[in-house]
Amino acid sequence: MSFFKKLKEKITKSTDSVTEKFKEGLTKTRDSFSGKVNDLIARYRKVDEDFFEELEEILIQADVGFETVMELIDELKMEVKRRNIQDPEEMQSVISEKLVNIYNSAGEQSSALNIQPDGLTVILFVGVNGVGKTTTIGKLAYRFKTEGKKVLLAAGDTFRAGAIEQLEVWGERVGVETIKHGEGSDPAAVMYDAIQAAKSRKADILLCDTAGRLQNKVNLMKELEKVKRVIEREIPGAPHEVLLVLDATTGQNALIQAKTFKEATNVSGIVLSKLDGTAKGGIVLAIRNELEIPVKFVGLGEKMDDLQEFDAEKYVYGLFAEQVEKAEE
Amino acid sequence: MAFEGLADRLQSTIQKIRGKGKVSEADVKEMMREVRLALLEADVNFKVVKDFVKKVSERAVGQEVLKSLTPGQQIIKIVNEELTALMGGEQSKIAVASRPPTVIMMVGLQGAGKTTTTGKLANLLRKKYNRKPLLVAADIYRPAAIKQLETLGKQLNMPVFSLGDQVSPVEIAKQAIAKAKEEHHDYVLIDTAGRLHVDEALMNELKDIKELVKPDEIFLVVDAMTGQDAVNVAQSFNDTLGLTGVVLTKLDGDTRGGAALSIRAVTQTPIKFVGLGEKMDALEPFHPERMASRILGMGDVLTLIEKAQASVDEEKAKELEQKMRTATFTLDDFLEQLGQVRKLGPLDELLKMLPGANKIKGINNIQIEEKQIAHVEAIIRSMTKEEKLHPEILNSSRKRRIAKGSGRTVPEVNRLLKQFEDMKRMMKQMTGMQQKIKKKGGFKFPFNPF
Repeated sequence: MSFFKKLKEKITKSTDSVTEKFKEGLTKTRDSFSGKVNDLIARYRKVDEDFFEELEEILIQADVGFETVMELIDELKMEVKRRNIQDPEEMQSVISEKLVNIYNSAGEQSSALNIQPDGLTVILFVGVNGVGKTTTIGKLAYRFKTEGKKVLLAAGDTFRAGAIEQLEVWGERVGVETIKHGEGSDPAAVMYDAIQAAKSRKADILLCDTAGRLQNKVNLMKELEKVKRVIEREIPGAPHEVLLVLDATTGQNALIQAKTFKEATNVSGIVLSKLDGTAKGGIVLAIRNELEIPVKFVGLGEKMDDLQEFDAEKYVYGLFAEQVEKAEE
Repeated sequence: MAFEGLADRLQSTIQKIRGKGKVSEADVKEMMREVRLALLEADVNFKVVKDFVKKVSERAVGQEVLKSLTPGQQIIKIVNEELTALMGGEQSKIAVASRPPTVIMMVGLQGAGKTTTTGKLANLLRKKYNRKPLLVAADIYRPAAIKQLETLGKQLNMPVFSLGDQVSPVEIAKQAIAKAKEEHHDYVLIDTAGRLHVDEALMNELKDIKELVKPDEIFLVVDAMTGQDAVNVAQSFNDTLGLTGVVLTKLDGDTRGGAALSIRAVTQTPIKFVGLGEKMDALEPFHPERMASRILGMGDVLTLIEKAQASVDEEKAKELEQKMRTATFTLDDFLEQLGQVRKLGPLDELLKMLPGANKIKGINNIQIEEKQIAHVEAIIRSMTKEEKLHPEILNSSRKRRIAKGSGRTVPEVNRLLKQFEDMKRMMKQMTGMQQKIKKKGGFKFPFNPF
């Protein structure tokens, strides 16, 4: 199991607390996913068609998506032939290796944010209703604040009842200011004001909230384009990041969300929220595979510090924690 | 519109088999492979797909089906029946307690849309069932959740019961029921905080509320876009609380909505309502048989008719009909009619309810610009009373004035006038035709063009 050893080495080098968070947050995910893989491996004496068919089912149940699953299974079959693998035990490491590969082969972008060394960095948050945009902004504001940055929030969700107040509460918790207009006002105007405020207060980071919208509502997507245009006009090169927040429990529709929001706002990264449930978030692999948008953060809980940088290896480590520990012994 | 992708796939599969005079077992197998793929891509749970495919296959290869004269049609009928059964057979009703108030608890994951749905449900109860609901803000965890419900209450002009976010949800629920009895509310809707189904502490809190208030309905609110995990979520909530119904939200997106099929199949809990938009009136009762026929591309005329009945003023419709017959239909009446049609909802949604509409190529790309209708309205409103009654007096200077007044162009004014004249002429011909038919032998006009 050399792959696991490599993974383990790499991960122990990075901070332990972060890995712990991943492990903790993914407990439920792991229990069901790797539990199933383990069970599968224990039940089969040799790697055959039935084995692959069951593996296919497990992956589909993890929301990986049909096409990506098919690709993965084909690659696994090739690998099995190449290495002449017969013992299902050996499959464990091959499967996780391929999962990491699928993610990494799509591009080399890291999960680091494009932060301006000097001057203002504007980050725009987009997504459908109820994915956790406002909560993610709160968590990210906390993160920047602890790094010693001056953060400002823009309450761009002027549609949903109570959305502005929700962002304000987060602002108070973290200790940063929120720029707002009244409910029902033009979100583009809020952005304009927020940028002026950020400039005059010499803020480092401006986090812009927007109202949740389903990607098939043409008018609402146009509104979002306008919001982005206003930001572009006020600060050349901004927004420096457009983060699409995705709910980990979402199924195949997440792929369409990523596609449509990318067309409208040129999404630069994904935040995968609510990964602390039983959802497997497998759609991350499909999105990466088909659209090459990197996942930058994952939400692993409801506390302020429950937002972690995404790391494909740690993600797979979270899924296969028991096996990695075994490899170490 | 939700289910589209699923509908497309199933229909193209069905198309292959529909006209066939002879269907072999291999044909059925081939078809079922496609059906399986379509359902999986629509996020229907894996196990549910397996069962569904098995059931349909067993019935379809039965002798009486394959040897019948129209095997293709028979199989479609089987798929339709099984699909309807999967979605819960008949439509289910909302409970009424023998001694008011009827208590409804709303539960679900974070971001499913509980608070919005609570507002919509209260609105529906008042509008359709003539009830007097009390909204209860029991989400003390999410920042501003109480404020959100209060704002919705204000919009709907409905009372919201809240004790702030420092009192336990159990206590809030208890006091709310007492208050509802005191003020004679016949429904109490408790909006609880979103929680993960694996969070034991919070799930126990829900149990405590349930034991205390003994709700008549516990609705699980589920995002229609949920993937394979929908089943785990629904199962956990059902095991802990014993759900009585499911509300499916965000169905106005382009999700294939497989979660709807899975949840019902796994928990045996009926889907009672579906959320179809962000406005407070965008909640509708769920009709499994209509949804099944929509998925199979057979249209949903029933919903269309109900929509029309609910929003068209009958008196006015009669008046209009009279005017059409006597050909005294004016631009004012035209304006009136446009307003009535607009009340039915977005036009592209309406189009998709028509049978066969799914098969029209590119129908999904049609975005009827609501703005165009607004332009027509603006043009007509810029006319004087005299002009509206006698459009023939419109000369070029009057047209220029109207164009300016409505912010449109003269060609647009001309186009509208021409359309109106065409419409009037058509009406004359039709009423003439109907009268002739009546005289001849009295069979009814086969369809009502309006």
